[in-house]
Amino acid sequence: MLVELGEGISVDVNTRVRALEYLIAQKAVPGVVETVPTYSALLVYYDPSIVGYDGLCGQLAALAEQATTTAMPPAREVELPCCYEGELGPDVEAAAQRLELSVDELVRLHEGAEYLVYFIGFTPGLPYMTGAPERLTIARLDNPRVKVPAGSVAIGGIQCCIYPVESPGGFWLLGRTPVRLYDPEASEPILLKPGDRVRFRRIERREYNDIAERVAAGRFRPVIR
Amino acid sequence: MIHVLDPGPQTTVQDAGRSGHMRYGIPPSGPVDRHSFVLANRLVGNPDGAAALEFTLMGPRLRAETPCTIAVTGADAPLTLNDAAAPVWTTLTLAAGDVVRIGAARAGVRGYVAVAGGIDVPPVLGSRSTYLRGRMGGVHGRPVARDDRLPLGAAPAAPRRRTVPSEARPKWGGEPALRVVLGPQADRFTDEGIAAFLGGSYEVLPQSDRMGVRLRGARIAHARGHDIISDGIALGAVQVPGDGQPIVLLVDRQSTGGYTKIATVCSFDIARVGQAKPGQRLRFTAVDVATAHRLLKESDAALARVELEEIA
Repeated sequence: MLVELGEGISVDVNTRVRALEYLIAQKAVPGVVETVPTYSALLVYYDPSIVGYDGLCGQLAALAEQATTTAMPPAREVELPCCYEGELGPDVEAAAQRLELSVDELVRLHEGAEYLVYFIGFTPGLPYMTGAPERLTIARLDNPRVKVPAGSVAIGGIQCCIYPVESPGGFWLLGRTPVRLYDPEASEPILLKPGDRVRFRRIERREYNDIAERVAAGRFRPVIR
Repeated sequence: MIHVLDPGPQTTVQDAGRSGHMRYGIPPSGPVDRHSFVLANRLVGNPDGAAALEFTLMGPRLRAETPCTIAVTGADAPLTLNDAAAPVWTTLTLAAGDVVRIGAARAGVRGYVAVAGGIDVPPVLGSRSTYLRGRMGGVHGRPVARDDRLPLGAAPAAPRRRTVPSEARPKWGGEPALRVVLGPQADRFTDEGIAAFLGGSYEVLPQSDRMGVRLRGARIAHARGHDIISDGIALGAVQVPGDGQPIVLLVDRQSTGGYTKIATVCSFDIARVGQAKPGQRLRFTAVDVATAHRLLKESDAALARVELEEIA
């Protein structure tokens, strides 16, 4: 069952989506097996041998009325180190040129913002975020890349995302984080959760290498408040 | 222990699947054809969801390192035990050193090899299922490979030899009509587009896999744009990108996506999508939610009712 709570990409609508998901979990609505939040809708998997379609519609409509920010626990704040240099940020110069900014201004604007994770989707651990200042709104690449390296921090439209695994992608690659957003070997393979607030901390190449080594050895945890 | 002599083109460990992680982008995985998978497990005395092997188009060649009990179900493929023909959909007792070989599927795509005790790879997020794109579960997140040695769980006392009666063995091939519920974005298509989808037959393309089955047939026209802002993708969702050709999404699907979805194939017909060979054709028939739920109940009851026949 797909519950639509509004239209378009907005913090308000997405907050209601996440609040509805939270309420369903809190009330342990019988028959609900799994939920998947996205920008403006919540996909609800249910077991029809436990709850019927009409019965569930009624319950979810009632919960949707109560679904507001105040219904939820406070968001986590996650700080991700990001290196914007050289081959780690292959599009940073072209993006700056397109936006008529200097590279330094672009990086400052990008790392100065706070990003909201609307939802995780597409590939394991990939956060769909907004939060960049309007000045960084940019049309997607004309020619999407076939392979984007894992850890790439990228912008497209008003969105910002981080590619957790190597995959195709049409966003501008501004930098790379040495932190793993998806680690199938870890006891908790996924780093970010829907509703998290993300900040980037600009690091130099040396610190990137250092953190990458510690990540590989299992000795690095990003700051989460 | 099972020694993999030849893995076949794509053989993975699958159990009942990984639930509760789609909100983190991790699909459930598990068998594409649950009916055949469950019956394979029952034939060897396992719980329905025990970890088994799923092969694709061509089966593996396996050697029992220790005595064990196996059963092969699913796609219609020839089975030999030490080079002599052996029955499928039937409990087989292997002595140490016995070699079984499963050939190319004559009908169907995916087959199952269940072993008494189940395949004892370490569970990841509560499941032994392999999710290939995420390199998670199964044997180090990959298909089984030549010379892998698959550990087995503790087997119940030697299971009785039994067989699945022929009426409970699914028949693959022909041009199956799949039941679908229209939505969630059926309103984004023209009436002609929906008529084409429900009236035409669609050919399965070779680029299909556990993520989705790609189809080619009458173009399904959009009323206004083929992109939506991303939303969740259910099992069986029929996604229609700009080229008007449908893709039915299966167990390893992406959790969310931005193409319009015209309908959802009912879960009890998913096996028939996943067992359709490249070149085979499929049709779609619309049912309402109440009918879909009734048919699901009947399908679950039919599986529960299957009585395995004792053999000497």
